[in-house]
Amino acid sequence: MKKELVELKVNGRDHELAIEPSALLLDVLRQDLQLTGSKRGCDDSSCGACTVLIDGVAMLSCTLLAASCEGQEITTIEGVSEHGSLAAIQKAYGDWGGAQCGYCTPGFVMTVKSLLAENPDPTEEDVRQALSSNLCRCTGYNQMYEAIRAAVAAEREGIAAAK
Amino acid sequence: MNNGFSIIGKRTALVDAAEKTTGAGKYTDDLSVSGMLTGKILHSPYPHARIRSIDTSRAEQLDGVVTVAIGKDAPNPFGILPVGHDEHALAVDKVRYVGDNVACVVAVSEAIAEKALELIDVDYEVLPAYFDPEESMKAQADFIHENKPGNIEKDYHHVFGDPGKGFSDANQIAEARFIAGEVTHAAMEPHSTLASFELDPHTGKMGRLTVWSSTQVPYYLQHKLSLVLEMPMQQIRVIKPLVGGGFGGKSEVIPLEIIAAVAARKARAPVKITYTREEVFWAHRGRPRTIVDLKTGVKNDGRITAVKARVVQDGGGYCSYGVVTILYSGALLGALYDIPNIQYDGYRVLTNKPACGAMRGHGTVNVRFAFESQLDELAAKIAMDPAEVRRRNLLMPPCITVNGLRVQSYGLPECIEKTVERSGWKQRKGKLPRGRGLGIACSHYVSGAANSIIRSDMPHSTVNIKIDRDGGVVVYTGASEIGQGSDTMVAQIAAEVLGCSLGRVRVIAADTDLTPIDLGSYSSRVTFMNGNATLRAADEVKKLIAAAAAKKMNCAPEELIFRHDVVKKRDTQAGRDGTGATQEGPSVSGRVEGQILRGSLQQKRKEEGPKDWMSFEEAVVAAIDFHGALTGTGSYAPPPEARGGKHKGGGVGPSPAYSYSAQVAEVSVDEETGEVTVHKVWAAHDCGRALNPVSVEGQIIGSVWMGMGQALAEEMVWKDGMLMNPGLLEYRSPSSIESPEVEPIIVESVDPEGPFGAKECSEGSLAATIPAIANAIYDAVGVRLHESPFTPERVLAALRAKKKEKALNLTEGVDPTDPVRFREHGGSLCFKSRGPQRHALDPAHRQAPASAGGAD
Repeated sequence: MKKELVELKVNGRDHELAIEPSALLLDVLRQDLQLTGSKRGCDDSSCGACTVLIDGVAMLSCTLLAASCEGQEITTIEGVSEHGSLAAIQKAYGDWGGAQCGYCTPGFVMTVKSLLAENPDPTEEDVRQALSSNLCRCTGYNQMYEAIRAAVAAEREGIAAAK
Repeated sequence: MNNGFSIIGKRTALVDAAEKTTGAGKYTDDLSVSGMLTGKILHSPYPHARIRSIDTSRAEQLDGVVTVAIGKDAPNPFGILPVGHDEHALAVDKVRYVGDNVACVVAVSEAIAEKALELIDVDYEVLPAYFDPEESMKAQADFIHENKPGNIEKDYHHVFGDPGKGFSDANQIAEARFIAGEVTHAAMEPHSTLASFELDPHTGKMGRLTVWSSTQVPYYLQHKLSLVLEMPMQQIRVIKPLVGGGFGGKSEVIPLEIIAAVAARKARAPVKITYTREEVFWAHRGRPRTIVDLKTGVKNDGRITAVKARVVQDGGGYCSYGVVTILYSGALLGALYDIPNIQYDGYRVLTNKPACGAMRGHGTVNVRFAFESQLDELAAKIAMDPAEVRRRNLLMPPCITVNGLRVQSYGLPECIEKTVERSGWKQRKGKLPRGRGLGIACSHYVSGAANSIIRSDMPHSTVNIKIDRDGGVVVYTGASEIGQGSDTMVAQIAAEVLGCSLGRVRVIAADTDLTPIDLGSYSSRVTFMNGNATLRAADEVKKLIAAAAAKKMNCAPEELIFRHDVVKKRDTQAGRDGTGATQEGPSVSGRVEGQILRGSLQQKRKEEGPKDWMSFEEAVVAAIDFHGALTGTGSYAPPPEARGGKHKGGGVGPSPAYSYSAQVAEVSVDEETGEVTVHKVWAAHDCGRALNPVSVEGQIIGSVWMGMGQALAEEMVWKDGMLMNPGLLEYRSPSSIESPEVEPIIVESVDPEGPFGAKECSEGSLAATIPAIANAIYDAVGVRLHESPFTPERVLAALRAKKKEKALNLTEGVDPTDPVRFREHGGSLCFKSRGPQRHALDPAHRQAPASAGGAD
């Protein structure tokens, strides 16, 4: 298939890329941009390990044409750390055991980011609902809930301290 | 301060947590090397067939295809067990399951490689196939492996004590058949291997091989690569990058890992092969479908008098870990309770399906489901509380069980007590509203096998430690981090022994060129064995530092205490600032003292005369000046007393220590739909000592969760050798919605031989969950389920049978020629239209009349 030139904005930076029109966003991120943080865990959009944010909305990059994301703001796990330090959710996932093997973790972090952007103080039920788009085989999810609670509290303290 | 430790026992984030949460960490599929090509494997469409010929010429002519590897490129057989060398990288003469590896295309892109797969012409002679183990055992001809008559991989017959007398002494006897469905690991990371040869500067030809692979066992991989490629082991370097979960699925060498190397050799270029999710399901090596015919006798006082088990495992097409699995199923009838008489007959049977192997709780899980369910039935018969009947059968350690297992630390009584207390068992059991119930069950597991797979006298783990003048501690360990936290465990033990902060320790792990041999991450051996080796290596280095520091401080080395980055005389208050240094992490001034101002500092010390404390760096510098270098080595081999009985097969089951678990599950059952919901599980686990409570709790919760998956939903569904559900959604791995709250309860029995008393914590909890749920279902609605998973169909059938109603046949009236569900007839992604031999009634079959498609 003949390649086409597209412009993708990933983590705030513009990239001009020659890609096949059929190229999936996940493959372009991993192979063309070497952003290997987004993972491939399945082939049929069932696991969520490839979750990225498109204009702030959590989407599965394994079933998204890269060319269709032109002009949109793509955020991957590599764009989550803030000013060179771990974001609250990343720190909390480490501290509370939300990540074991870590393969699903980038997808979960993106899902949680999108959840907290919409709903800064989610109930446990909200969290369960939101996380059900992603699969994890290590943690049984319990420690993720604790991590999310801790991250919400840390964010709140941070905001209070800034005021 | 807990028990006087400064590092262990603290809740600690994994040392590689940031790599994982930022996406910076590299898994095998994230790696690339220059000139790397992509490999894609052609799989067998037939469950059992002889390969008459393979023609790869059309594929090789396709633009972008570099080469096509086939069986004769690497014909040496291999297998994880020395008794089971029955696999080839690529099929040489026969294929034995749908999905077996036939050829590997190497091309410049995945798309081209996939296209080329369709251009390979393979001429098969289809053979009768066997899908049911009990049918397979009756086979007279066309054996799956010519040297395994009756398709029996291995059978064992053990008698300990006098089971006949035991049963005649019993007041109550229960006997039933339990069946546990087949499950798989479904680790989130699909298997991936990258193989690359170096050109030898002296011969100018292909020389050393480097393999990066998603493996739990880098050393076994190095060994098997050496066998198949006929290269010396020292010419092969295996590196394990981050691994995205194993659960046993990566605990043996699967053909993919060898194929990548064979393909790289033939293509004369680096080759990476990554499985699709569907291929991961075909590669399998999961827990076999197990038929357990179990008979147990008890006295009226609750004491178990005898157990008799006949176990048949549906092992799939190759040996894999099968011989070990069938032995574990028998051996681990012992060491949980005090059972005086045991009879065990185990059959590992070959069938034309992907090979089963080791999966979390290897060999014990399905038998434990049967045993704990039956014990519940017996408790009801003698009108005893199910928790009490378990208490009546406790071991009295230290002891050796009737089947030769040595038990020293035994936290089971405390586990039972704590789960009963936390769950409100006494107040709530039997008093919940109809449809809701509580169930209890116990389990145990080994902390590593006392005998290695390849019998030898070598240590099971060796660890090296190097400390340089910068005061940095580098630990070289073969332990394979697969998410369980082994790197963190190693760092914690080294830091605890050396009295330094965790940030000072860097762990270099699982690289056969750099790290000494460790057998790998399986049978929950890493904390116990690699932990002990780390402890010994750190102790050795500590002795060297102490000798030099003691000289400087004019005292005996035994008087020194290593703690918080300070080496000081016992009973002195002083730290670096005279108040007791407690700061975390290496200080800047410390580094400066250690490196640059060393000379003047020593001068200053001399002038000042002996002091009663030194910083860690100063002590390290003193030790290097004194000894010339600062390295230490430690190794671990299980003691001979722990290696088990002398009977045939007695080598499997013995362990230096056993972990114990007791669980209470609370469930509700919808009597209209048969749906079971698990609300909460209280899980107490005796891990000896919790080195990192966050990890221990994570492992307990994860085990319980995986057990719940097997109990309620997960199952590999087969039809004529075709897997019906090769995807994560169809396999029904539970999501956060279906997952219960798990309350982990840590019990510390402090094992006399474990590192700081630690034992395993990653597998033992799984086995108790399934029977705890089964027993809770019985408590809720009064039906005893004998087959897992407890799907709504099975629960509903049991409920209707109890009411003497006819079972609902959900497929009644369904036309089998009219599939409505996706993949109902194995319409798998991988095979597309070139699918396997179809069922005679499959509509896709109508064009071509039925030919031999297996046993039908």
